[in-house]
Formats: sequence, C-alpha cells, structure tokens
Amino acid sequence: MTTDQVVPAFEAEEAVDPFLLSGKTFTSRLLLGTGGVPSLEALERAVVASGTQLVTIALRRVETSTSTGLLEILNRCGVQLLPNTAGCMTAREAIRTAQLAREAFDTAWVKLEVIADEQTLLPDPIELLDAAEQLVADGFTVLPYTSDDPILARRLADAGCAAVMPLGSPIGSGLGIGNPHNIALIRELVSVPVILDAGIGTASDAALSMELGCDAVLLASAVTRARDPEQMALAMRHGVEAGRLAAGAGRIPRRWHAQASTSMQGRPDL
Amino acid sequence: MQITINGVAADVADRITVAALVRDRVEGRPRVAVAVNAGVVPRSQWEATRLGPGDSIELLAATAGG
Repeated sequence: MTTDQVVPAFEAEEAVDPFLLSGKTFTSRLLLGTGGVPSLEALERAVVASGTQLVTIALRRVETSTSTGLLEILNRCGVQLLPNTAGCMTAREAIRTAQLAREAFDTAWVKLEVIADEQTLLPDPIELLDAAEQLVADGFTVLPYTSDDPILARRLADAGCAAVMPLGSPIGSGLGIGNPHNIALIRELVSVPVILDAGIGTASDAALSMELGCDAVLLASAVTRARDPEQMALAMRHGVEAGRLAAGAGRIPRRWHAQASTSMQGRPDL
Repeated sequence: MQITINGVAADVADRITVAALVRDRVEGRPRVAVAVNAGVVPRSQWEATRLGPGDSIELLAATAGG
C-alpha cells in the first residue's frame, strides 16, 4: 500500500462508522419492517431505496400466495432476514414462534415481540423478559421490542439480549418519540445497541432517534403506509444518516437568549 | 385418518410422515416450519415423525410483517 493512495470519501465514511450487531457489521442503520406493504413491487422499491440490510418478516399459516414472492424479493435485495414473533401474547407462544422461524429461515436471530393486548400493542414486560431469558439460553440472538422503560431495557440487556429496541410510541401510530428523555437514558444505561422501534411517523422522527443516541432505527408503517413508500424509504435513509452525523458532530447548547453570529465590532456609524 | 391442518379438518393417509405432508401441501415452498400439537418439529425430524389421528398441524411460512 502506497501513501498516496486515495480512499474515496464514501468508503472511508463507511469504514469509520460501522453498525455492529451481535458480531455482524452493517453499514446501514435502518432496519425495515415489511408489514402493511401495498404490493410486493412497492416493497422491493422501498427496500432498495432505504438501503436497509436487515428486514423483518413474520410467520403465519401457509395460505397467502405472497410467501414465496416475499422471500424471493428479499433474497434478490441481498438483505438479512429478521423473523419476528408478532402477535404473540405469552412467553411460551413467542418462544415457539422463534423456534419455528429458526427452522423455516435458518436464522437464530429474532425480533422478540410479546404484546399485552391488541388495542395498545404495548409489550408485556413480564412475559417479554421471561421469553428473552429463555431464548438467550437457547442460543438465539434476541432483539426485543420493549417499552421505553430504561430499567426494563437494562434488565433485557443484562439477560443477554443482543440489543434493546424501545418504542418511540405505539406500533403504527406515527406519533414519533413520546419520551425522548427515556430513550436518551436507555442509551446511557445499556452497552448493547439501542434500536428505536415503533412509532416513527416521518424522517425527522428517525433523525431525532439517532440524535438521542440510538444506534439504529427500525420502522415499517411509516414507509409501507406512506402515499409513496419508495420516496419515504429514501427520506428515512437520509433522516437516519443526518441524525447519526448530527449526534456525532456535537450540537450547540440550547440558550434562553439570542447569541449573535455576526460580531458587533466594526459596525459602521450610519 | 382425520387430522387438523392450520385449523381445518383434513383427511390424510394413515401414519403419514411430516415430510410427506409438507411435500403434499406446500410444494415449492421449502422455507416452512411445522408444529404438531403445538410442539416444534425440527426439519431434521420431518422424515422420522409420523402423524396420528386427531393431530393438530400448523404449517407456517413467511409473510410480510413487523
């Protein structure tokens, strides 16, 4: 290697800011869910536009004709599959779903969801922690969808989860980040990656997640239910990147009063 | 014999294996998972696992979600 070798800026950038998750390196910090997508064609365009490398899927009874097409598209996009346990309400159900997904997709990674009820879709913390502990013991890479409770997040991290994924607001609500202080506190309390999951409505929400210190963002509805999923996917990609850069750049402190950016010195007498 | 597949009653050959059932029911979809009476049947056990009357089978595959 010679000293005058030029490294393209974008490559250098990728090399200095990899996203490490359970021993794997990703360059994208946007995880995309596939739920709510209007068509497989729209999904493929959105996946490509988002630049994502990790995409969630669910396990359901063989009936839908979309199954084969869905996997073909995701395979073509070269993304890693992240099965979820969507709809599970007990640790027992979630564990079996994760084990079935491991058989179907040859992956021990799981987005662990254990919801309390269908109205709020909020995580059931007791069942969630129980399921997380058992799945970690069974060799899974557990990525739990959790509430924004910093103590629960810490318990999940202590249980051996590969990341914690606190919600910004309820699934599919698009309400953004209801309690930014909790998200920032979670980032302080755990050493595993923090992935903001659920509640993102638009690109500024994704940017804010990253500014609060999150390592990545997982979203679905905000893209799949947008009027133009492809364009929103691109917006989310830029939002995540902008927020990440801003978080690393060190924002100015908030001030109560104005501070002139132009010096008053040398002002002419007119 | 009568079994239940994904919540629907079905008539299948006596003592059919899980592997044969998957071949019959989900041809062209290799990435499926099977539960029998709510227990996970690993892919490596499909050939050796025979079904009995009244068994409840879940045949599962990928769908958009999350």
